[in-house]
Parts: sequence; structure tokens; C-alpha cells
Amino acid sequence: MSEPVISIDDLSVSFPTDDGWVHAVRNVSFDVEPGEVLAVVGESGSGKSVTALATMGLHPSSASITGQIRFHGRDLLSVSEREMRGVRGNGIAMVFQDPMTALNPVFKVGAQIAEMLQIHSDISKAAAWSKAADLLESVGVPEPGKRVNQYPHEFSGGMRQRAMIAMAIANGPDLLIADEPTTALDVTIQAQVLEVMKAAQEATGAAIMLITHDLGVVAGIADRVVVMYGGRVFEEGTAREVFYSSENPYTRGLMSSIPRLDSPKGERLVPIPGTPPSVLSPPPGCAFSPRCVYADDECTESHAELRSVGSGSSHRSRCHKLGQLTEALAGGAS
Amino acid sequence: MQEFRMPRQEPATVSVGEPGTGGHLAAEGMSIKPKSFGRQTWDRFRRHRLAMIAFVILVLLIGSFWVVPFFSPFNSTDTNIPDMNQGITSKHPFGTDPLGRDLMIRTMEGAQVSIRIAAIVAVVSTAIGTLLGALAGYFGKWVDAIINQLINLILVVPAIVVLLVMGIKWGGSPNQTALLVAFISWIVIGRIVRGLFFQLKETEFVQAARAAGAGSGRIIFRHILPNAMGPILVQITLVSGSAIILESTLSFLGLGVVPPDTSLGKLISDSKGFIDTTPSRVLIPGAILTILVLCLNFLGDGLRDALDPATRKGRE
Repeated sequence: MSEPVISIDDLSVSFPTDDGWVHAVRNVSFDVEPGEVLAVVGESGSGKSVTALATMGLHPSSASITGQIRFHGRDLLSVSEREMRGVRGNGIAMVFQDPMTALNPVFKVGAQIAEMLQIHSDISKAAAWSKAADLLESVGVPEPGKRVNQYPHEFSGGMRQRAMIAMAIANGPDLLIADEPTTALDVTIQAQVLEVMKAAQEATGAAIMLITHDLGVVAGIADRVVVMYGGRVFEEGTAREVFYSSENPYTRGLMSSIPRLDSPKGERLVPIPGTPPSVLSPPPGCAFSPRCVYADDECTESHAELRSVGSGSSHRSRCHKLGQLTEALAGGAS
Repeated sequence: MQEFRMPRQEPATVSVGEPGTGGHLAAEGMSIKPKSFGRQTWDRFRRHRLAMIAFVILVLLIGSFWVVPFFSPFNSTDTNIPDMNQGITSKHPFGTDPLGRDLMIRTMEGAQVSIRIAAIVAVVSTAIGTLLGALAGYFGKWVDAIINQLINLILVVPAIVVLLVMGIKWGGSPNQTALLVAFISWIVIGRIVRGLFFQLKETEFVQAARAAGAGSGRIIFRHILPNAMGPILVQITLVSGSAIILESTLSFLGLGVVPPDTSLGKLISDSKGFIDTTPSRVLIPGAILTILVLCLNFLGDGLRDALDPATRKGRE
């Protein structure tokens, strides 16, 4: 296997607040391999966005951060701000959640894409603008020659997100971090934008780290999935492994709370009871234990380690009941 | 065994390279050529009647300060003792002073000086206020602490006291007076800019610029400042108005412009002994001063409404 593009190793991020330290990310480790789409899934407060921001070096300066984030072997947490600026937008680019607010309202879209190029190379203004038009065309914006001269408010939501993707791929990054790229869009536009991202990835060969809470988005595009909960990785594996043979009660809970087109008429969705753990005073044991139907004393008292499911597979799950879940389910069903 | 299957979202039949429906609709909806930001603002400003009237009056009034002396047979330094201390006459529409100098031309020249001072104050205080406000708002922490304390220091000491003390030492020429006034006035712009930067640096487009690898300088001047220009422009008009008043106050008290230069405040000061005999000598420069400042304030109001993003959205 080739060397991962980005390798997050034992990353912990904490923020000081008036009520104490918030441990947003706890000992998170995962790799993103070249050219793959890795989905990081979790609900609000799971630490997925903080992980993404830390990777870009854009976490608040008040944060206390430990561990390593290696980009092509270089630890991004120890490089200077100046070096980091050379990585942002160049080696690692980001697509933001809300294209309505992530584009600067006072500049033409072409200028914003051209700027992206000009920051990282000595390209002339004219060349940058013509490349901007090419980039817009490559993400499926019609009449790119005209569109570069328009302002963001003249773009629709889907077109703006395409423009954001054009900006992100402008410098041919090795990693594209997309933080909830479809959340602010209409459902019909979501699928298009995902297609554009997928196509852009195939054209540039970039790996994608897709931060989302939407499993529907994950299913359509991801090669591998990392499920986060309470700041920890709860399950990690290929999309197939996580979707079809999840070995984690939280992941299973997420799956059964999603409406399916092929579910029998009248069948009710099964929500996960309770609320996400408090970030200030998380439960002492497994963060999911207060909401977990399988939890016993072991779960409320101690953390489970992230363990491999089966031997030699990349599928890993953090659960004390690993291996007993399927039997528990089967027993419950009979 | 339960099977976990996802409702796979079938992408719409749109492939990359084809126009998406969203963009298509947006393009069709705009059959009229979309207006630029400046054009929209100008349209909205024109609809603000009071501001538009103020704008026209300002242009005519300020223009007359430079045009009228051109056609006047008199020179501001020509003395003519027999004609001294006259009220309004056909020969001297604004009257004459104790040396028989034509007051119309002296008023025009005084007003020119006042306008020049206002312009210098506007430029200098905008430059200082924007720079320090931007640094304070963007970097926060100790940078903000220092600049904010400086602003508060100037704010808590009554401006007139500071100006009087500094005026004794540094007053005199119109340029010196302008710099004195700018020393006080920049804090108005500085506070506004600081607040705007605090707010704008948290926006997603600034975050996006940072994610693009932009440095602080680029983010401050290229990404945030253009978004703050509207409110800054409004403050510039208001600062110009207050600069005219501050200059007049200083000159009236004898600490601003000194002879042979004159200004609106100096003219009023010179004629304060004649309020009973020839009130026009006080009233005319006073009226010009009032109209100038009022018009600048109305102009600011109009600009505020025209540039305010909230009203902009509401009408679109």
C-alpha cells in the first residue's frame, strides 16, 4: 500500500471554556490514502469538524492540541504558520459548508478563483482569469466566460458550491477536505454537487476527506468510513463493512434512524434514545453507553479500545461487546 | 441477521460539464443585465430624496466657493477704508469688514479653507482610523488592548480641552489645524472599523480565504476591508461635518486658523462684535457652516441606507 496522503495520529484537541476544558477530539487516529474518499461521519459535537479544522491548521489559537497530523510525512502541527500557508489551498484545500457565505460578496467569482491561483504561484492575472474560466467549466458551470465576471449573489446555491469546488481544485491539491459540502443545498442539488466532487477527484487524483452527518451522502461516494462519537473514532472500515456489517451499536443506531425507500409501509424509524454526551462532562465510560441498549456495567465504567473486527481486516470498532452484537441481535429477533 | 442497507441516493441525470438546473434557472431569471454593487447603491441613494437634495446643495455650494471669487472684481486682501463696516449692499453682497475688504470674497476663501481642512481631516483620520481599527479588530488580544485603550483615552478627555491645549502649541495654519482635528477624529472611524473587523473576521469567507493560504495582510486589505467600505464611507461624511465644526470652534477661540488665513470659524470670530450693527456678518458664514454640516449629515444618512445590506436584501 502506498504512503497515506494524510496520517492523523493520536490527535487530541481541547478548548478552554469558562466551565472548564472541552475535549472536542480525543486520541483520534486515521489515514487518508491517495485518491480515496474517506467519509468522517458523526453528529454535532462528535469532533469531526474540529478534526478537519486542525488538519488545515485553522483551529482556534486557544485550542490545546496534541498528537500528529502528517501530510506526506511532514507533521503539520509543528510547521510554522508561514509553511502552513503554503500547504493550505495548495496541498490541502477545503470546500466549506455554506457556499452562500464562503464566497466574498464583494468580489467577482472569477477574481476569487484567480486569487487562489495567484496566492500559490507567480501566474499572471490574465492567465489566472482564463484558468478560472476553465476551472468553472470543469465543474459544470455553464457559460464560464460570462460567469467569471459575475458576483456570488448572481449564482445559485449549487453553482456557488461548484465555484467553491473549482477554487478548491485550482492548485491540484492532494487532499480535499469537504466540511458538510451539501448540507446547505437543496436535496436535488446535493446529488449534483457530489457528482461534481467525485468527477473533480477523478480528474485531479486528489483524496477527499468528507465531513458529514448525512449517511446518504456517504453511501453514494465514500470508499471508507470513519464514524466518530463524543470526540472518538467509534468505527472505521470500508463503506461496505460499515454499512452492511457494522460491529458498533452507535453506527447501527444511526442506520436504523434513516428512512429507507425499500422499508415496508408503516414501519417506524428507530431513533437513538437520549441526546449526545455533554462535551464538558462526558460519561465516565463509553461515551455512547447512556444511550446504548447493549450497555452493561463494563460499558459505563471503562472505555473500550478500538479493536479489529475479524483478523487482518481494516474494519475496526470501539465496543466492549464486539463480536457479541450479532448474536445479541439474532437472539433478540428470535 | 439484520441487513443494513442505505437508501442510495441516485444522482440526478446531470453529468459534469452540463448546465445544472439551478444555474440555468438563475440565469434565465435575470433577463435584465444584473446591476453592479455600485450601480445598485447609486440607484438606492437617488431614491433617498433628502440625501439627494443635500448632495446637490453640497456640490453647488462647494463649487461656488471656487467659482464666485473668479468673477468677483475684488481681491480678498484689497482694503478700501471708505467702504468699511458696511452691511449688505449691491456692491458688496456680504458687506465689508473694518478694513473695507469685500466680505463675499473673504467668506468664499474662508469656506475654501474650511472645506480643505475637512478634506484633510477626512483623509488623515480615515487612514489612521482604518489602519488601527483594522489591526485591533483583526488581531485582537494585546494589539486590540493597546489600540482600544488609546481610543478610550482620547474619548474620555473632552475633545475641546485636548484641542485647546494642543492648539496653543501647534495651531496656526489651516494644515496644522486640520491635523489637530484629525488627531481627535480618527477614533470615530477607528471604533467603527474595529467593530466591523471583529464581526467580519468570523465570517466564513474569511475562513475560506485563510483555508486558501492567504496571509493576514491579504485577508485584512483584500477580503475584509472592501466589505467594511460602506460603513466607513458613511463615517467619513460624518467626520467631515464634525471636522468643520471643530475647526470653526478652534478658530473662533483663536487657536485654529490665524490671519492672514481665514476660515468660516475665523470669520464668525472676527465679526462677533458686530452682531448688533451688521448681523449679516455673523449670520452669513454661520448659515454656510450650518448648511455644509447639515448636508454632510444628510448625505451620510442617505449613504447609510443605500449601503446597508439589510435594506438591500429587503428590497431585492
